[in-house]
Amino acid sequence: MTTTSTGGTPAARGTDTLLSVRDLKVHFPITRGIIRDKVVGAVKAVDGVSLDVARGSTYGLVGESGCGKSTLGRGILRLTGLTSGSVLFDGEDLADLKGERLRHARLRMQMVFQDPMSSLDPRQDVESSLSEPLRAHGVTAGPGGHGQTVRELLHRVGLPASAASRYPHEFSGGQRQRIGIARAIALRPELVVADEPVSALDVSVQAQVINLLEELQDALGLTYLVIAHDLAVVRHVSDVVGVMYLGGIVEEADSDALYESPLHPYTLALMSAIPVPDPEIEDRRERIILRGDLPSPADPPTGCRFSTRCPFVQATRCTTERPDLREVAPGHAVACHYAEQIKAGRITRGV
Amino acid sequence: MSGATVLGGEIGRPSTGEPLLQVRDLGVRFTRRGRAPVQAVDGVSFDVAAGRSVGLVGESGSGKSVTSLAVMGLLPPRGVEVTGSVRLDGTELLELDDAARRDLRGADMAMVFQDPMSSLNPVVQVGVQVTEVLRRHRGMGRAQARDEAADLLQRVGIPEPRRRLKDYPHQLSGGMRQRALIAMSLACEPRLLIADEPTTALDVTIQAQILDLLRELVVGTGTSLVLITHDLGVVAGLCDDVHVMYSGRIVESAGRRELFARPEHPYTGGLLASVPRLDAPRGEPLRPIPGSPTLTRPWGTGCAFEPRCTRSDDACVGDAPPLETVRGHGVRCVHPLGADTPAEETR
Repeated sequence: MTTTSTGGTPAARGTDTLLSVRDLKVHFPITRGIIRDKVVGAVKAVDGVSLDVARGSTYGLVGESGCGKSTLGRGILRLTGLTSGSVLFDGEDLADLKGERLRHARLRMQMVFQDPMSSLDPRQDVESSLSEPLRAHGVTAGPGGHGQTVRELLHRVGLPASAASRYPHEFSGGQRQRIGIARAIALRPELVVADEPVSALDVSVQAQVINLLEELQDALGLTYLVIAHDLAVVRHVSDVVGVMYLGGIVEEADSDALYESPLHPYTLALMSAIPVPDPEIEDRRERIILRGDLPSPADPPTGCRFSTRCPFVQATRCTTERPDLREVAPGHAVACHYAEQIKAGRITRGV
Repeated sequence: MSGATVLGGEIGRPSTGEPLLQVRDLGVRFTRRGRAPVQAVDGVSFDVAAGRSVGLVGESGSGKSVTSLAVMGLLPPRGVEVTGSVRLDGTELLELDDAARRDLRGADMAMVFQDPMSSLNPVVQVGVQVTEVLRRHRGMGRAQARDEAADLLQRVGIPEPRRRLKDYPHQLSGGMRQRALIAMSLACEPRLLIADEPTTALDVTIQAQILDLLRELVVGTGTSLVLITHDLGVVAGLCDDVHVMYSGRIVESAGRRELFARPEHPYTGGLLASVPRLDAPRGEPLRPIPGSPTLTRPWGTGCAFEPRCTRSDDACVGDAPPLETVRGHGVRCVHPLGADTPAEETR
């Protein structure tokens, strides 16, 4: 069964779906010419992605740089133009909205960015940063302005009320990310898209922010789309994980199932490449070292996009036919022609 | 490329005799006009034996990168005071003049930096940059240097090396650039290679390629490696000896198996407990270290980790705790995790 044509990816079926993305494509034109720009090609950053996120759950998108995960996140919030496909948010197609109606829809979905230093205005104090979304969306202020709401927000993210009058440079990286999170939840959104929320932070601080995100989810009933390159972080926070490679999702499964029985060769390679802080495991485990680099999304390989680097690549189908994301076990979908044979050991790694 | 095999749990060769690099009581102080000086590195001592791989682990501001720059002699001459001793094969480096140090850099000791884009000259072909080392230190002619450079690129796994020599850095991918840098650092077969966060700017699958390459170097050619990183996972797979740094000092030193099995310093234990692990059961919240690395106490008034430590009490304030070494495992703490906290619990 392919999930691109039928409704509902397996993992979210039967539950209350908040966000439903269908065959989403975001292509960026490549232009050439001095006087008149001529379109000579397209970077297919996101090329046919479908996914469902159940209300109150966390969907993790994992992939390496250039795989299109950030563009997908921005496309869902309509922060970038969509080439085709639909983004159903609570039943309403965001792809059709524009102007004031789109702005209004954004009340219910917010974003947390990677680098809290560049996503906060250095000349704006924290109170101003946090009350800006409230003012922009015309939330009625109390008697003393938005001060009370700002103090509550700061308290929610574990910062003292005195932080309100300070500026971003006065905070450490972890504290700045807390401010970024406070700003994202200021409007009580239902969906929060977090793009690499911890990767700019020191190791000892990452865990604080991860725990904060989980606490807020429990307290406010938030739905998360977490985008990250670190599979260990994604697995920890997510209910369902989608692995992206070159513009498409190659595997999607429940977080534990993905770790226990990864099926796609790319997921296998990704997992074997992540260093584990335990020498006993590091010495014993088998590494799959991929050859070469990510192909250009402007000129993706024909057939399976991973075929140029896949250690299990076969002579037939792999280079000619693009595999659909198909369900191989309940809630576990994979885009590989030979996933079952690889799992059973009937296809082994080439040299 | 296949993973280098690790025999008997050692990445490098067992240490014998005099160490290749001997760092003793290294201090680096940055002086600033009108402001209090900053002691970035404070009494750091460690050895690197020939053919061994040593890891310096720490977060931003721990002094790990400044330590490596001081060893290489790459700190600016003004506004920096370097004290202590750095001996390479018996030669005291801190007493050498600039010309003598330049002769050593590249030839006997080489460095690979975190961001390969900013350490390569963007307007000079890769080939010119690689041959420059060969011509400067090994006195090769142009044609000979070009052949050797192509060989080097081949060795670090760059396909079509002759064609790549004519490329500019922006034409190479991130992983390819890091390989080119490693090729440059290997040009004179240095005995010591210092790699400062060599894979931090790279994707995990590319990181695996580069780590594999470094592992092959240490095992295959007997080059000594000092690896500077914030990633405990990288250290676990690549370093024989590990030194954990915090706020300019080494707070824990041990062999890698010992360190990961029995972390003694609350900071090391805290780091291990706070990283989400791929193989750990999900669902339980992570146990973060409170505060941030900027929240520190000056070593002169006690333990720098005291403000963030869950085990701190009055004994942690006053004098800086000494580095106490028992059976090769050194720890700078008055309340080490020790026997009362089994290793399992700190994970």
